[in-house]
Amino acid sequence: MSAPSHAPDSAEQAEQTDAVNVATQAREVRGDSDNRSLRQIAWQRLRKDKVAMVSGVVVVLLILAAICAPLLAKWFGAPPTQFHQDLIEPSTGLPMKDPANPSPFDTDPWGAISAEHLLGVEPVTGRDLFSRIVYGAQISLLVAFLSTVLCVVLGTLLGIVAGYKGGWIDTVISRAMDVFLAFPLMLFAIALVGVIPEGVLGLTGNGLRIGVIVFIIGFFNWPYIARIVRGQTLSLREREFVEAARSLGASNRHILFREILPNLVTPIIVYSTLLIPTNILFEAALSFLGVGINPPTPSWGKMLSDAVPLYENAPYFVVFPGLAIFVTVLAFNLFGDGLRDAFDPKTSD
Amino acid sequence: MRGSPLRKRTLGFVALGAAASIFLSACGGGDSAGGGSESDASFNQGATEVVNPSDKTGGTLRYAIATDFDSTDPGDTYYGFSWNFSRYYARTLLAFTPAPGEESSELTTDMAAGMPEPNDDFTEWTVKIQEGLKYEDGSEITAQDIKYAIARSNYNGGELPNGPRYFEAHLDQEPFNVYEVDNPLETFTAVETPDDHTLVFHLKDSFSEFPYVLTQSQTAPVPVEADRGALYKEHVVSSGPYKFDGDYEPGVKLDLVRNEHWDAETDPIRPALPDEVTVQIGIDQDEIDQRLVNGDIDVDLAGVGVGPAMKSTLLTDEDAQSNLDNPFSGALRYVNIHTPVIEDVACRQAIMYAADRDSLHRAWGGESGGDIATNLLPPTIPGSNPESNLYSSEDNKGDLESAEAKLEECGEGDGFSTTIAVRDGRPNDIATAESLQESLKRVGIEIDIQTFPAEDFFAQYAGSQDYVRENDIGLSVSGWSPDWATGYGFASKITDGDAIQKTGNYNTSELDDPEVNELWDKALQTEDPTERAAIYEQIDTLVMEQAAILPVVFDRALYYRSDELTNVYHTSAYAMYDFMALGVDRG
Repeated sequence: MSAPSHAPDSAEQAEQTDAVNVATQAREVRGDSDNRSLRQIAWQRLRKDKVAMVSGVVVVLLILAAICAPLLAKWFGAPPTQFHQDLIEPSTGLPMKDPANPSPFDTDPWGAISAEHLLGVEPVTGRDLFSRIVYGAQISLLVAFLSTVLCVVLGTLLGIVAGYKGGWIDTVISRAMDVFLAFPLMLFAIALVGVIPEGVLGLTGNGLRIGVIVFIIGFFNWPYIARIVRGQTLSLREREFVEAARSLGASNRHILFREILPNLVTPIIVYSTLLIPTNILFEAALSFLGVGINPPTPSWGKMLSDAVPLYENAPYFVVFPGLAIFVTVLAFNLFGDGLRDAFDPKTSD
Repeated sequence: MRGSPLRKRTLGFVALGAAASIFLSACGGGDSAGGGSESDASFNQGATEVVNPSDKTGGTLRYAIATDFDSTDPGDTYYGFSWNFSRYYARTLLAFTPAPGEESSELTTDMAAGMPEPNDDFTEWTVKIQEGLKYEDGSEITAQDIKYAIARSNYNGGELPNGPRYFEAHLDQEPFNVYEVDNPLETFTAVETPDDHTLVFHLKDSFSEFPYVLTQSQTAPVPVEADRGALYKEHVVSSGPYKFDGDYEPGVKLDLVRNEHWDAETDPIRPALPDEVTVQIGIDQDEIDQRLVNGDIDVDLAGVGVGPAMKSTLLTDEDAQSNLDNPFSGALRYVNIHTPVIEDVACRQAIMYAADRDSLHRAWGGESGGDIATNLLPPTIPGSNPESNLYSSEDNKGDLESAEAKLEECGEGDGFSTTIAVRDGRPNDIATAESLQESLKRVGIEIDIQTFPAEDFFAQYAGSQDYVRENDIGLSVSGWSPDWATGYGFASKITDGDAIQKTGNYNTSELDDPEVNELWDKALQTEDPTERAAIYEQIDTLVMEQAAILPVVFDRALYYRSDELTNVYHTSAYAMYDFMALGVDRG
């Protein structure tokens, strides 16, 4: 669940995506025989890939659910911070099967699921679990998207410069990547969240916490994307069209951002989609360890850490937030895989 | 330190990552309460009675603990369990009465021949020790050894950092370092030893509760030639019924065997039933709980009760009820209302009225988690009046009308907003803050919750005067347990204006009320415990009127009492089972 574990994966992905793009580039440059652009081909392949399409729909639904959380909570649940302690047995803190007859020996392992509370209620407070999970998606996805954007911006900029300029600049940036990749990210994150004072950059409370988490994930995961971009740039800069631009007197900036960057868009998109679930897990792990946002704002990782001691008597409390994380991560991963396959010229139609 | 924050005394399972524990305990499997039905004990019997009384000796009493001792050196320890446990091998001048419930907070003698005698203004105390007391090697224990033990545990230049500093705070003594001066006993003039069996203590100020300090493990004798500084903990020279069997191995184990030179005739507090005592150290809390229920160990040394996972399992298991004790832990869980941030007393009183105490009680674990608190002093303390309730309401749901009236009075008719500080990783503290947030919302008081690292909570955040003011932190969730069960031992540190600190401030509400301060001074010059109790009750009421502390619950812990243990009872002196009384009967 921690970030360092995905290092071997991403190296592999990097190579694979490398191959994808070099081949893609070749095809785009010489023009495909049936005059379809690569994106059109990819889209057609993607549409045939049922797994990818289903996960794509799930991803869209998740995003919609996060955006419409207040509406969903209003229609199907209760406000996420509202207590319903009348449903909770006071001695054990567990939801009751029969609120009229409270007994510690007759608690409900499925959280008093009812029409009002679709996924039951939290132990102790009795808050509606459905609306807390839906609101939890907001934090998870927000953090994951923002940190991925930060990774991509940093990774692309540094990767493209390293690959194009070469020489000592490349050496410095590449060594920096090694250093960042060797960083014990989780430990660092925990330490940093603890020491950053209130009011830094005018941020306080949850704004600050989200900012810090996004910064940590984004700032320390950029080398994964930078490596891919650097590799691509290394091969692209030797290409005829770059040579041509150079001989016509184009500036470095023009070559980097007008000639090379457009050819990197595909691997960047593919890789970003695969980076999002990693970042979702990272955010969940941080909140699980108590380094997340402030209560009572719901977060999946925090819910899981609250649920762990109760797993025997309130299994639903582990299962539902766990499922939410599982489905989200799986959907993004499968969709990302599908996207990569669709852009892969080695895949047969 | 005149009291201790809960983080010091009850380290317990809270600090352990829940993450690591789930899988281990899952392997433990079933939730059966190992043979709970054979016993005729009942729920919570150990809180008020001796369960399975017996004088059967023999057997091995097996302890286990998740963390470790801060030190096994009686001169260098501040954990409640360690104070309780060290009595196996370290006798003190005075002791708490070995009896269940509230009687256990009364003082009795251990090595002393009689109770200490004060002079007229409580600045000089004389105590005599029994003759013929012996160490594990058969040599005689003298008053000089006790004097040396007090010197090394209070004036050591940081060599022994853990223990409390009551002697240092109250003795009339120039600071020195026992490990640097040539003749420590001569330099240490505040304690005199006119003969081998008499000690005279000279204090700076009147201190009527000084005898309580003499129960602390720092008064256990240490022979000067045996002192190895911080390494002494590896093999403490025993004055009690048991001695170290081999060395104490930090993080691994500590084994005790009988000390033949201990004479039961001289010892009124230790029946010393088992032949051996073993401690396994560093076992995961969930595994300890599981082994306890399975009968593989006898007592959880930490003494704070079972962890949250086992608690929930045991409470829902009807067959386990007779093996459970649910006594007061001695602690008050409360919310500080910071007087410098919420300056108007009427505004603070509005919070007292608006709080939904029933909801707060449930947030703290309901009936098994504690009793609703409406005053400051826990019921186990003389002078406590749990009936007093200045801010009463129907069903404890909060008195919104009075709250709104108070808000009008302080000129905040529409309510106001502030921030509540709470420690990370403390689910009950967080639930308390969330519950308070919901109930105060009803009268327009909006509070933001901010979590902070527990280890720096008082040093840098809620206990830092600057931080609280700069960040408008009007409330903080806290807990407190006494070093000894009197009003002074419990509440002086959290309500006396003289105790306010710039950082590390445990009088977190910064209550500095002249009347309260005066009463604290008066208590220290009052000899009669009943009169002192009356003063403490007055202080309690004043603190409630000032609305500086919103009491939440008088905390209860949940213990699993094995059927194989004999003489089991909960002592309020250490807020856990009285380890000295315990025996085993595997019959």
